[in-house]
Amino acid sequence: MTLVFNLTLFVLTAFLGYSIITKIPANLHTPLMSGSNAITGITLVGAVVVAGSGSSRLATAFGFLAVVMATVNVVGGYLVSHKMLNQFHKGSEA
Amino acid sequence: MMMETLPEWVIQLAYLLAAVLFIQGMRDMTHPRTATRGNFTSAMGMLLAVGVTVLWFELVSPVVLIAGLVVGSVVGVGLAVRVEMTEMPQLVGVFNGFGGGASALVAGAELIEFQTAGVVTSLPAETAIAAAASGLIGAVTFCGSLVAAGKLHGVVNGNAIRYTGEQVVKVALFAISILLGAYLVVQPELFAEYLQGEWVPAYWLLLGAASLLGIALVISIGGADMPVVIALLNSYSGLAAAGTGFVLNNTALIIAGTLVGAAGMILTVIMCESMNRSLSNVLFGGFGEEADSEEMDDIYEGNITETSPEEIEMLLDVANRVVIVPGYGMAVAQAQHAVAELAELLDENDVEVEFGIHPVAGRMPGHMNVLLADADVPYDKMKELEEINPTFSQTDVVIVTGANDVVNPQANESDSGPIAGMPVLNVGDARTVIVNKRSLSPGFSGIANPLFAQDNTNLLFGDAKDSMQELVNNYKENN
Repeated sequence: MTLVFNLTLFVLTAFLGYSIITKIPANLHTPLMSGSNAITGITLVGAVVVAGSGSSRLATAFGFLAVVMATVNVVGGYLVSHKMLNQFHKGSEA
Repeated sequence: MMMETLPEWVIQLAYLLAAVLFIQGMRDMTHPRTATRGNFTSAMGMLLAVGVTVLWFELVSPVVLIAGLVVGSVVGVGLAVRVEMTEMPQLVGVFNGFGGGASALVAGAELIEFQTAGVVTSLPAETAIAAAASGLIGAVTFCGSLVAAGKLHGVVNGNAIRYTGEQVVKVALFAISILLGAYLVVQPELFAEYLQGEWVPAYWLLLGAASLLGIALVISIGGADMPVVIALLNSYSGLAAAGTGFVLNNTALIIAGTLVGAAGMILTVIMCESMNRSLSNVLFGGFGEEADSEEMDDIYEGNITETSPEEIEMLLDVANRVVIVPGYGMAVAQAQHAVAELAELLDENDVEVEFGIHPVAGRMPGHMNVLLADADVPYDKMKELEEINPTFSQTDVVIVTGANDVVNPQANESDSGPIAGMPVLNVGDARTVIVNKRSLSPGFSGIANPLFAQDNTNLLFGDAKDSMQELVNNYKENN
């Protein structure tokens, strides 16, 4: 049953994503990408769970590496998006 | 394995709230005015999801976790602060690769957990399917993204590297990955004697094959096709995260991963459509013709009119409407600030000035817009292809700088050739077209551009930055 529930979530979100993202103008496609990219770092949640559960040394090591990579993804992704979006603000005030 | 200290529904509600914040953040991205807020909203969603996970799972080794978070943050901040806008595509590529790599590692670690826990002798089918999927996609994304970033940064050969039998290699690697994935899922009885519960080695082999596949896929694609590759890999990393969500039964991962998957897929389709090429043509087709110098001589011979900054300045003095068409060559020459200054000067002298931006003008979707915004060009002056094309007939001067294929009229006129049917900026409709280029060498497509030989086209040969700066200086002196 969980698989069916997860699939439902997946399909509905795909439709929702499609309807929102097609409305985003080309101007913002790069920040959209780096921002959505940061969201991929949500894997961090999974990484936190496996890194922290620590039931085997190997799993913890991979979990640690996963946490590092996902954190780079999240923190870096949001920061560069912010940096780019600020440029658009600056431009409109000039 | 994991011990919740608070009831399951609390953490599930927190994930729901995080998902709402992600979605609201994306909705705010539909306008530049609200986009910064949207990015912030989305970041808050992430903070909530991660914070809740850290706080509410009883963690055996918090030190490991905190160390990971700190190291990752330091690296992320360091990279983000230092990056130049021109280097954005490769950085996004690297981040993207890390996201995919993390997904693959999490699925692997989860499999190890299953094995060491020793409770089950065979994997639940849905866990195995999801782990195989996120391992395959994650490893392809990781290696593919790093190769793409290397190409964009110039540390890997940017040309399409092609060799005999390359399709066979790709198909073989893909087949091996799928077989290993299938092995994980089916756990055939045949091997049960020796391999009971030994699914972990199969998973590592799967990662190896998928990593090679990622390299093989991207190495054979040329640098100018990277906008498609980066968008597609972005989509993959989203799907990998969603796949991990299926492994862990985590709704936040599924929702967020799917949103990203959809975003990447839509951008991929937009990029392909703006080159009138199918995705499989971009990925496997190879592109560009050997430059046919005879054909070029035929078209260009005696038909090229050269111009100078002084002459252009006189044209601009009497112009009412000017459109600037930037290409990637402008960014390579770092000419965007000079171009932006020219636009500002024209604007101050009551000349209507706009930028016509082709979707594949930069090295990732929307990259050119970011480069111009960085040079203080207001976003309402940046026009998309469909919007700017009807206005060229009322335009006095078009300045094309560092662009070639995206203004090639052959795309509309000829039925064959690499760019036939590609939507292009019809700059030839304007009264005068200025093309700033270093030489008459062809663009990525390798074909001649009849625009350069048109009567209303004048060529300004030279480096984009020097030429535009000279034009700015000339214009300043006379106005």
